[in-house]
Parts: sequence; C-alpha cells; structure tokens
Amino acid sequence: MEGRDPTALQRPHGGRAYWRGLEELAQSEEFFAWLRAEFPRQAQLLDHVDRRQFLKLMGASLALAGLGACTRQPTEEVVPYVKPPEEIVPGEPLYFATAMPLGGTVTGLLVESHEGRPTKVEGNPQHPASLGATDPWAQASVLTLYDPDRSQVVRRVDEILTWEAFSLALAAALEAQAERGGAGLRILTETVSSPTLGAQLAALLERFPQARWHQYEPLAADNAVAGARLAFGTDVNTVYRFDQADVVLSLDADFLSCGGAHLRYSRDFVARRRLVDGARDMNRLYVVESTPSNTGVKADERLALRASRIPAFARAVAAAVGVQVAAPSLGGDAASWLAAVARDLQSRRGRSIVIAGDQQPPEVHALAHAINQALGNVGRTVVYTDPVVARPELQLPSLRELVADMRAGNVEVLLMLGGNPVYDAPVDLDFAGALDKVPMRAHLGLFDDETSALCQWHLPESHYLESWSDGRAFDGTASIVQPLIAPLYDTRSAHEVLAMCLGQRPRGYDVVREFWRRERGGADFERFWGRSLNDGVVADTAAAPKSVALRPFAATLPPSPDAEDDGTLELLFRPDPTVLDGRFSNNGWLQELPKPLTKITWDNTVQLAPGTAQRLGVANGDVVELDLAGRRVRGPVWITPGQADGSVTVALGYGRTRAGRVGSGNGFNAYLLRTLEAPDAASGVVVERTGETYALACTQLHGLLEGRDIVRAATLDEYREHPDFAQHVGHVPARDETMYDWEYAGYAWGMAVDMQACVGCNACVVACVAENNIAVVGKDQVMRGREMQWLRIDRYYAGEPENPETVYQPMFCQHCELAPCEVVCPVNATVHDDEGLNVMVYNRCVGTRYCSNNCPYKVRRFNFYRYTNYSDASLALQRNPDVTVRSRGVMEKCTYCIQRINHARIEAKKEGRKVRDGEIVTACQQACPTDALVFGDVNDPSSRVSKLKKEGRNYSVLGDVNTRPRTTYLAVVRNPNPELAGGPQETGA
Amino acid sequence: MTTETSRESYGVSRVPPEIIGPGHTFESVTDKIASVVLTTRTPRGWLIGLAIAFSLLMLFLLAVGVLFAYGTGIWGVNIPVGWGFAIVNFVWWVGIAHAGTLISAILLLLRQPWRTSINRFAEAMTLFAVSCAGLYPILHLGRPWLFYWLLPYPNTMGMWPNFRSPLMFDVFAVSTYATVSFLFWYTGLIPDLATLRDRSKSIFGRKIYGILAMGWRGSARHWQRYETAYLLLAGLSTPLVVSVHTIVSFDFAVSVIPGWHATIFPPYFVAGAIYSGFAMVVTLAVPIRRYYGLEDFVTLKHLDNIGRVMLATGLIVAYGYTMEAFMSWYSGNLYERYMMWARLSGPFGVAYWALILCNVLIPQLLWFKGVRANLLALWLISIVVNVGMWLERYVIVVTSLSRDYLPSSWFYFSPTFWDWATYIGTLGLFFTLLFLFIRVLPMISIFEMRTLVPGAELKEELHEGVEGSR
Amino acid sequence: MIAALVYALALINRSPYVTRQGVAREQPVQFSHKHHVGELGIDCRYCHTTVEKLAYAGMPATKTCMNCHSQIWATSDFLEPVRESWRTDESIRWVKVYDLPEYVYFNHSIHVSKGVGCASCHGRVDLMNALWQQPTLQMEWCLECHRAPERHLRPRQFIFSMDYQQPADQIALGEKLKKEYDVEARVQCSACHR
Repeated sequence: MEGRDPTALQRPHGGRAYWRGLEELAQSEEFFAWLRAEFPRQAQLLDHVDRRQFLKLMGASLALAGLGACTRQPTEEVVPYVKPPEEIVPGEPLYFATAMPLGGTVTGLLVESHEGRPTKVEGNPQHPASLGATDPWAQASVLTLYDPDRSQVVRRVDEILTWEAFSLALAAALEAQAERGGAGLRILTETVSSPTLGAQLAALLERFPQARWHQYEPLAADNAVAGARLAFGTDVNTVYRFDQADVVLSLDADFLSCGGAHLRYSRDFVARRRLVDGARDMNRLYVVESTPSNTGVKADERLALRASRIPAFARAVAAAVGVQVAAPSLGGDAASWLAAVARDLQSRRGRSIVIAGDQQPPEVHALAHAINQALGNVGRTVVYTDPVVARPELQLPSLRELVADMRAGNVEVLLMLGGNPVYDAPVDLDFAGALDKVPMRAHLGLFDDETSALCQWHLPESHYLESWSDGRAFDGTASIVQPLIAPLYDTRSAHEVLAMCLGQRPRGYDVVREFWRRERGGADFERFWGRSLNDGVVADTAAAPKSVALRPFAATLPPSPDAEDDGTLELLFRPDPTVLDGRFSNNGWLQELPKPLTKITWDNTVQLAPGTAQRLGVANGDVVELDLAGRRVRGPVWITPGQADGSVTVALGYGRTRAGRVGSGNGFNAYLLRTLEAPDAASGVVVERTGETYALACTQLHGLLEGRDIVRAATLDEYREHPDFAQHVGHVPARDETMYDWEYAGYAWGMAVDMQACVGCNACVVACVAENNIAVVGKDQVMRGREMQWLRIDRYYAGEPENPETVYQPMFCQHCELAPCEVVCPVNATVHDDEGLNVMVYNRCVGTRYCSNNCPYKVRRFNFYRYTNYSDASLALQRNPDVTVRSRGVMEKCTYCIQRINHARIEAKKEGRKVRDGEIVTACQQACPTDALVFGDVNDPSSRVSKLKKEGRNYSVLGDVNTRPRTTYLAVVRNPNPELAGGPQETGA
Repeated sequence: MTTETSRESYGVSRVPPEIIGPGHTFESVTDKIASVVLTTRTPRGWLIGLAIAFSLLMLFLLAVGVLFAYGTGIWGVNIPVGWGFAIVNFVWWVGIAHAGTLISAILLLLRQPWRTSINRFAEAMTLFAVSCAGLYPILHLGRPWLFYWLLPYPNTMGMWPNFRSPLMFDVFAVSTYATVSFLFWYTGLIPDLATLRDRSKSIFGRKIYGILAMGWRGSARHWQRYETAYLLLAGLSTPLVVSVHTIVSFDFAVSVIPGWHATIFPPYFVAGAIYSGFAMVVTLAVPIRRYYGLEDFVTLKHLDNIGRVMLATGLIVAYGYTMEAFMSWYSGNLYERYMMWARLSGPFGVAYWALILCNVLIPQLLWFKGVRANLLALWLISIVVNVGMWLERYVIVVTSLSRDYLPSSWFYFSPTFWDWATYIGTLGLFFTLLFLFIRVLPMISIFEMRTLVPGAELKEELHEGVEGSR
Repeated sequence: MIAALVYALALINRSPYVTRQGVAREQPVQFSHKHHVGELGIDCRYCHTTVEKLAYAGMPATKTCMNCHSQIWATSDFLEPVRESWRTDESIRWVKVYDLPEYVYFNHSIHVSKGVGCASCHGRVDLMNALWQQPTLQMEWCLECHRAPERHLRPRQFIFSMDYQQPADQIALGEKLKKEYDVEARVQCSACHR
C-alpha cells in the first residue's frame, strides 16, 4: 500500500512526513490489534435514568412531535431596573480590568460583563504578563466562578454557621493567643504576591510576634529560589528577554507553558522566529528534557535525557563555556550534541539564554545563572530584580517545620488561607495526621475540599472575580484585582479573614485601598487609584533591574553523581497541563480539554518511553502499579514519543476525592508517591503490570498520515532556498476549473493560521468554549467520539518515536468557499453567506448529520444528547447572550465568531464606514499568546490576513479536494544546527 | 390492443407445464388459495409466528420510545461516523423492496407467466419493506419531530428545502415508490377480493371484502378497464425499480467521502437491490409454500428461475465490488487507495471479507441445477445473501466514514444494544405485517392462477371471439 | 383530505392564536401609549432610550415614570404599582408584547439608523391604549421587508413620527433612500441567527 512507510513519504522541498500515534509507526498486526483494543468500550446505556423519568421524557418528546407544527411563544416578561445604575446599559457588555492570581504572580485581564455578570475573560494588552493574551486557566476561571459545587456557607464540623459565629470563635482563640504572643498561632497560605496581603500578614505577625506564617503550594519555585541563593547568596527574581535572544538552551524548562510569565515568554520567543514580511532569520531553540513538553515541541534541536542526567549535562555545558566546574564525562551522542550547543551559545555571547526548569535541582539553576554570566547574557537577555513575591522562602522546609510544630502540639490555632495541603502536601509528612493534633483549625477555600473535611471550620472563599485584592506580575508590575460581581454567596476573601484576625472587619475594598493609599498617598490618590483600576496595572511598579555578584559556588559543588544510566527507572512529577496541581479539578472545560501531547481528557496517565514500555511489555491503557519505596499507586500507561528512556512521568492534580461532581474520582493521585526528599524526581521506581486495562478518553487516537500533505514543514535552509516550498505540494484546482463561480464583492472573511507560531497552549480551545456556550459532554461521551469543542489542536509526529519532531495544527471549520456540507443539507440549515461564511442555522437544523459526514475536515459537532446543562442555574449566568444555546439533535461548528462579526458590521454601518482591519477579533485569536491566528477581510489587500495569505508558506489543507477553504495555514520552519545534521533531530525526515 | 397485450401477458398460449401442478381446475385453484384465508380456525404455526414477530415489533416501539426520549446518542453513531445502523438498514430495506415491483411490473411486461404465483406476496413484501425503510430516515434525525421540514410546503419561514440534497431526492423517490407499489398491489387484489367476498361465510367478512372489492362484478368491461389500469401501473412502476435505488445511491455518490464518491454506485446499487429482493422472496416463499402446501402453485420451476435471477444479479454485484477496488487503485488517488486498503485490512476487514463470502462466493453454488432444485440449499443461500447485502451497506457506510481525509479525526464505530434493537425491531414490523397479510388476503393471485389452468385457453379463445366480434 | 389538514395547520400556524398578532395584552400597569404618545406627544426615545444605540430598545426604569408621576397623578390608584415599585425597589414585571424566539437576534439601532420607522413594525402605538403586537413576527414577515426594503423606508427625520404617510412614489423614494443610507437589508441566515 503506497505511503504506508511514514519515513518514505514524498517530501518535495523539505515537506516532512508526519505520523500520529506510535503503533502506526510500527506497521504491524499489533497496531490493528491495539486499535481494536483501544476503541472506546461501550459505556452503559441510559446512564442512571429510572423508568419513570424515562416515561416522562418519552411523553414529552412525543408531545413535542405533535407541537412541532405550530409552536406558540410562551408569555415572557420584561423586568426593567427600578433605578438605572450608572454606565450599565442593558444589552451592552462592559469590560473591566482585573488580574488573576496564580502560583505567586498575577496575569492582567479584561473581563467582559453582561448586565453585571462576568461572562468572558480576555487578556489585558497593557499588562506585561499578558499583552492581551490569556492561558487556558484564565479562560476557564469564569466557569469556576459559577461552579455550582463551590462552597457557599461557613461550616463548623457538620453544622452550617455564620461568619459572625466564626469571627467570635476566632476572636476568642486569638485572645487566648495574645497573652502568649501568638506562640500557638500559625497561618498557612499559598505563595503570596499580593502586597496588601503581605502587609496584612506583617501586621498580624507584629501583633503576635510568636506566631508563624508558612507558605506552601505543590508547584512552588523552591528550586529556583534555592538556586538563586546558591548562586548569589541572595533572593533574586529572574526575568528573561526572549525577544533579544538568538539562541536559547532550555534545561528541562517548559517556559512556554509554565510559570507566571509563560504568555509573555511565548510572545517574545515566537517574535524572534516569525518568518513574515520577508524575514529570513529566526532564533534557535535547544531543549534538553526528560518528558516531552510544549517547549520541546518548538525545539529546533531536542535531546531526550533522563532527568537525573541533566545536572551532569548542565555542568558539562558550564565547563564548555568557561565556568570553573568539574565537568563529568557525558556518554554517547549527548557529548557531541553538547559540544555543538556550546559552540553555538558562545558564538552568540550576550544574545543567548540558558534557562533551567522548575523541576531541576537548585544546582542546575545556579549553573544556569553561571552560564548566562559567562556568556555575558546578564543585563541583556537575562535580568535580575528583587523578588516579586511577598516573602520568598523554601516552602517545603517551611511546611516541614509547620508539620513538626503541629505534631509537637505547639500549634493551637491553624488558619489555612487557600491551598489544599491534605491533598497535595508531600505524603511522608502525613499532613492529615498532624492536622489532628491542632485544637482549632480553619480552612478558607473555594471548595469544601479534602483539607476542609479535616478542619472544624470551613470558610467559603470569594473567587478572584468577586473580591478586591492585588498582586504582582513576573516582572514586579503590580495590578489591582477588582471584582466583576458581588460575591454570589456569603463568601470572604483572604484579606477580609485576615482583617478579622486583626480585630477589624472592613471590606476587602477598604483593605486594598488603604494599603495603596499608604503606598501612593498624596493629593492625587483618587486619580492614581482610578487610573490603576482602569488600566489594570499600577503605573511604574515594575521591579528595577539589579546587579548581583555571582559567588564561586561552582568549584565547591559536590562531585556529580555517576551520570551513567544504572538501568533503574526514575519517576518524574509534573503539573498536569490542564488541571495543574489539582486546583482546577472541578472545572469541566479543563477536564475535557485534551492534553496538548497525549490528547487525553479526564485522566492522568503513567507516561513511558516507547523503549521502556516495550521492555515492560505494556501497551496504552494497561494499568501498572508504581512502587516507590513501598508506596504504591496504580495508573494507566500512555506511551509517549519523545519521553526519555527510563523516565516515568506522572501528572499531579488527579485522584481528587472531594473536588466536586466534576473533579472527584478522575485519574490517580500521584501525590501519594511524592516525598519531601524527592518532590520533583525520584529514582528507583518499580513498575509492575497488573493485567488490568483502563479505558482512556483520548480525542485523537489513530490515523497514519498516509503521505497526505496536511502538515508541511521545512528547515530554515530549505525555506531560504524555496520560500514557497509549501505551495509545491499536491494539486490545487484552479478557480476556472469550477463552474458557477461566485464573486465576493463586499467583505470576504478568512483566517490564516501560522503553525510556526502555535505553541499548542490550548488557550484558543477554552476561549472558544467560553465564547460560544459549548457544552461539556463528560468522559463517557468523549470515549464515544462525541466531544463538542469546535476548535481542536491536531498533533502530528515525524521521525523516530524515541525523539520525534512534533507539530501542532489548530483545526476548526475552514469555511470552504465550495463547502461540501452545504450541498447535502436537506433543509438549508447550513448555507453560505455573501461574505463567504459557512453559516450554521441551529434553529433550522433537523440533525441528519449528513453535513458532518461530508465534511473532509470533520470539524462539525453534533448534540447527540441534550448536552447543555440546564439544571444548574448558576451556569446559565456564564453563557454568552449573543450566542444561541444549542439543545439536543442539532449540529454545530465554528462560526468565525459570527456574533462578533455582526456586531462590528452593524456598528460600522451605523457610522457609515467599512469594518476596519483588526476590528473583528475572534475568540481564539484574542486568546492566542503568539498571534498564531489572524482573522480579517481577504478582499482587503492591506489587511493582515491578506498579507499572511500572500506568504510563501501559506497553503490550504486538503486544497486538492477543491473545497477552497477560507482558513489557510502557514507551514512550519525549523532552524536545526547544521553541525547536528543527522543527529537525533533530523533522522526522521 | 390492450386485450391483445393482456392475453399475451398471461402467456396463455405458452404456459409452461412446470409452473402449475397437474390436475388443477378453476375450482381447485380457488378453493386451495381462498381456503387459507377463509378458514375459520387459525393454524397454530401462524399464531406462533405472529407472536414472535409481534414481540419483536414491541421491541421496536420501545427502541423508538427511548430514541425519542434521549436522542440519537443511544446509538453508536459519533463524529466522524455520523451515520450508522439507521442508514444501513434504510438502504437494506429499500433494496429488498425492489423484488416486488420487478416481479410484478417488469416480468409482466416481459410476459414471464411464472411470475403470477409469486407476484402477490412479492408485492406485499415490497410494501412492508418500504414501510420499514421509510421509518429510518425519520428516526435517524436528531430532531425527528421536525421531519416535515424536508417536505416542500408553504411555510411561515418563507423557505424551501434544499433541492440539491440527495436526502431530498430520497423523500420523493421513496414516497413515490411506496404509493405506486401500493396502488399496483391493491389493483391486482380487487378481483380476488371480490372472489373472497362471494365465498366468505361470515357477514363481517363479506362486508369488509365487499367494501375493499369496490363493487367488482367481473363483467367484461370491468376486466377490460382492469387490465388497462394494471398495465399502465406496470408501465409506471417499471422506471421506479431503477430510479429508487439509483437515488438512494446518490446519498453516497454525491458526497466527497472516499468510498462513497463513485459513479458506479447507481447501477450496482440497483443490481444489489434486486439481488437482495429476490433473496428475500426465496426466504419467504420456501417456508410458506411448504407450510400451506402450495407446492403446486409455487413450483420448483419458480424457485429455479429465482435462483437464476439471483445468480445473474449476484454476478453484477460482484463486478461492482471488483470495479470499486480496481478503480480506487487505478485512480491513483491517495485517499481512495487508502480507503480501499483500510476496507480490506483495516479494523472492519472482517465485515468486508464476510460480505465477499456471502455475496460473491457462496452464491456461485447457484450455477448448479442441483443446488437450485434443493430447497434447503436455496433457502440457506438466500439468507446468506440477505446477510451479505446488509454487510455491504454496513461496509460502505461505516468504513468510509470512520477513516476519511484527516487522520486526526479518525474514529471507530461500535453498535449499541439500541442499534440492534431498532434493526431487529423493524424485522418484527415486517413479519407482523406479512403474517397478517397471508391470513386475511390471498397470498397468490387466484384469478391469474386460474388463467394458468389447462383449459383456460378455451375460455380465452371465446373471450377472444367476443373481442373479435367487437 | 390530507391537503385539507395541511392547509388547516397552515392557517392555525398563521392565526393570532399562535402569533398573538393584534392581541392587546394586559399589563401590571394600565399604561396607555395612546395617552403618552398620541395625546402628550412624548418622544419614543424618552422611555426607549437605547433604540438608536443598541440592539435592545430599552425599557423605562421605574425612575423614568417617577420623573413625572412623583408630581402628576401622584396619588392615582392606577399608578400604585409604579409607586410600589419605587418604594420597594421591586421591578415592574411588564408582559413582553414583541417576543422573538431566543435564536433570533434583532437589532433596533441598525433598523432605526437605516430609515425604518418605529411605526413600520410597531404600528400606530399612538392610537393603542393597551399595546398589541402589530405584525405576525413570523420569518416570512421579516423577509417580506428585507427582500424589498424600498417599500417601507422613510427619511430619517420621520423615523419616530407616528402619522407619517408614505408618498405616492414610495418605491422611487425607497430606492433613493436605499442608496443614500446604504441599506443592505441582509437576507443571509447569519444576519439574525447565530
């Protein structure tokens, strides 16, 4: 069969051969055996529905059948305001600037509000960490706000009480503490970046000098802090300038999708490799990593290395660029690879970056600092500032100390502001056990979770969209967090609870405002305050660069452990790409969001390298037992191309027991293996087969590319030779080959997707879900191939499974000018409009599904059941009033955000002008951190989209089917190091 | 002229002896056939049969109830496989529905006298099969209560349906076919209804049959008009035999999906339809004939002829498969080639090879007269062919959809309990109707059989004389 | 017989029973457009403030009523519901007269700015005591105008006039205005359905 051998596919002008899924590479019987095995099992039918309900529904639907003929509008009411509030005009959305705190920094946002209910989150263009972009978590946070499972009442053991009751109990307890200077008082928070909260805590510690404040969250940057202390003897915050760097070496750092700056870094990084407007030059990214990440996907040269060997590698790099350190010997191709990298780095002194990953030990961070120093990057591409968090500290030791105190009975009052330590503290600390010894323990949280369950007091926390606060971005820029809506339930923010401790009871607003008045007092405070709220950033608060002296630590480093592979397996703990450390477990949008590389939803997996899996004799979906020093956890295997052989990766954040209806019971809890000593990587894990299998809901299981030129890519040199290489693949019928052609006189909407820029961050997917009221269908339905997301990100591999080249391709309705779906719809429910949009008329659709069958891109989604949740009232508040909420039996798909198009067109027509380029921004485009998606009028030669479509890299997916899609793609160009040609990277192509 | 043709059409002058048993008189023929209907005591076998069929029909109603209550999600359909059992069954039933009209109309026009004994229940079978088929296009809708939007009627939306869509063609094709087949069948029944009216012993029977017989008295004028009408209807329905399945095949041929987008579909769908239709006739005829002792009327000769037709159409279908495979290779089209390869060796390969076995290999036995004469063998083959034809539609619908253009979207189809329930349910509907039919209506055309009785020629000549004198 | 049935269904479907066309609706307050618009000559925009700016024409807040009725008829029993609303801060729950299905997105501002008068769709509200729905609001009714807007367009200065009479040469005028106002009158599905 032609084209079955993926490496032998035709690749004119460097077009690469892509395949998806491992078994397909192995063109074997097992492949099909596996296909069959992997097919979604039939989940039980009519899930939990009793006979009565069944009959009711049956009657209802039959009645509907009768009423179908003449439907009479039910009587509805109009309920105007009594006293119209300022600026709120019914029917007109408003935007307010705020910021979302996450992991010790904030990201600036603009939030859309309809009649006072926040419905959609966008990035704040003025905020340094956002520049208008958002990440999946910011996009999904609005769903958490309306989550019906959020905790809504103060609870003492199992009786529902009031805040007053709590404040009395607290006052009493604190009074007792006051005499002893608060010796028995402990506060546990997550990483605090809010200056106000910091000040409040300081004030509290002043009041109770003996009291202690601890910080803990599982994904804290302990290693970075320790590394900085090791390198400089002081706490610094490192800011990277990727827009200044020609060469980047990532030591297991996923800087494109992790950390408070990933949006900004993605933007800056891609800016240096965007090949448009005649640009023929781009940066080069080297990635050394043990488990594939979005950063690894963008790598021009990638080396898969066991985590335990990366420190040795870092030393070798350091030695190679002239840092005084004992250089260990690296075996195999790593050595030659390293030599080339080192040469490249040195040739770009002052224009390169070496960055260490959060999961790497302090030593590697310190070495990275030393290397940047040696390369003269400091002050140019690498900038040091004072820490942006309220109090930088090593959180694990801090937590250990707290637990020790709790055990010793020194803790009488424990106040936990956020966090979920019972679930995510290192297992060997036995936090839950220690908690028992604390007489009074209170937990403030969005959910009544695992930790709340073990506290007498659970306190419902206000969502950040409901509360006043502030915080600082990765570069120190401060933002005021202002609420978009009054608390939905009787909840309080951390500020308000702390104020309570201080014997005051002001609202969060006063606390924050007072703090800033003290900071920025003076006559024009009101103006300052107004501007800060309006802009979403507090002017000139970015931390100033500071120079720090590097200590000669490298020489004194202990001799590096034997870098040789001892054959045992190592276990790596990584944040889950969708639910992170588990804080987003109950968010349906994120649970159903396919993980960028594995495309698995609703579960975490045990990721193994193909070789490792082969040795263990396990296949995808096989349940294995991980045994780490006697601690055992079971999870399903997922074979991950590009995983370092011998590394076993598990994602944190699953196996929740009290997350809520959505989040409980998904996946397995990897925290049960995570210890104080080895919070990031543990060696000597034993993986045993159990013989069981587990059904995983994977949205993209199979398909060889079979030589199809859906994804086109080339190296930089090939691109320089043939800038239009992408257009010499396949035959696209000319316009005149079509009869009855239609000329688009007015607007002609279209999109260009630069796959070169796409980092697979998934923000667009969630943004689309939020904007277009897309339903969550649940694991069972995903397993049956019925996920509803209009926008999916296809993932293709090239080369060897050990270290493949990977490409992301966002795929959504292509709005074909010759759309196959339109011809076949018997009721004209999907038709073409005069601006070239392929419009879907839900209310006309009878659900033959013929359009989807006939869609070559399979981007249409069907409501096989009534997926939209009508039962939880609070969810209705989130829905976008400008988009129809679809019910059962109706087809739906990407509309290019028709609601935004119509709005812009109408406004323009009222002003008697044409829609300006950039006036219409689709939800996906707006969220994209790297500007990979561009929408506009292709009839206007000066529009950005038209310019992009003129690029040589521009091509139509399946253009040979003559669908003439309005969405076109810009091919990928890599910049591999010529010295490494034929190295791990190139063998595939 | 009409009489001329009609006489010819009954082929009176050359009645081959094998198509009616020896020693039959008008009386005996009428008694034999009418007794099945007019007998007062219902045979136990019939009751059991009906009971089984009816319980399956109930299963069907349950399945439909659940479907309306929860939506098409209860089936195995998904994206990309948006069509599953519903459409497979639809095509299958429509196919089966073809034998009736073919036998009644085309064989009538081709003056095949052997058709007379089987045309009646072949037509009935057609009607029942069409009614089963007709249900699916409605059931498979996401919002079945809006099915009428597929009809072009003046509405408050100021909209027409999309006449470019093959599903629209279907609406017209199938409904026309159902109407014409019904008229044809009913017209053919009228003289026999009159016979039953006259012979029925119960008042009730007389009344009902009387009404249905529309005052038929058997006068020469009646006969003359009757024959004219019957021939006209035959002429009308002949093109339908070809058109209906051609249009059904457009559902696939018009699309862009590899494995659907093929010009060969219309002819080989029609051939397949006749193939399965005749198979179903055998499946029904053999047991009924045996049970009601109609060996004299449905003779081995009939079954032999049917066997030949099956062999012929089967070969056409086989040619279709071959061409499909060949063209997908010869076209050099990447997608087509992969589709074919996936069909042969993909996860659905089993279905494909089973279909080849059922539709191509096993029926080759029909080359042997011995096999065609062996009732059991013929009956088993006919069932195998029915299964094969169902598999053919399954392979076409499912394999093509499950792997089309973008591998990222490829997915699998696995039927659920409700898929099967709906399918088996329609079998229930089909057989229930059939059982009722053979109980209350003559399953063989009495008056046409009488024309086959030796000696009918004499009458016929007189008749002719009358004509001549006019 | 089937034809008759279908015809009957069609009739029912267009009947006021289904469409509520011309059915005067009872309101919590017996508000008379006839009095306020016809007799007092209050401009539409005094209450429906956003009709020129937004999709939604806007319903008057209780405050708008109280602007006058805190002095005029301040004790009238008819107005008790209004005063009650003002006291209790409870909104007046008006019955929606022009009620489009949720899947239809109508925009007042564009129509008003392109020469479609209020009366063209809402009828002579200055003659209605209790308000009723003038047209059927069925899709065919929308299309009837969207397919030939020139038959209904009027000069902008008459948009809010209730007693505007179409000139004899309406079509000519309509054509002229259509050009002048750059009226598109989209019949694309996407214009109203999203």
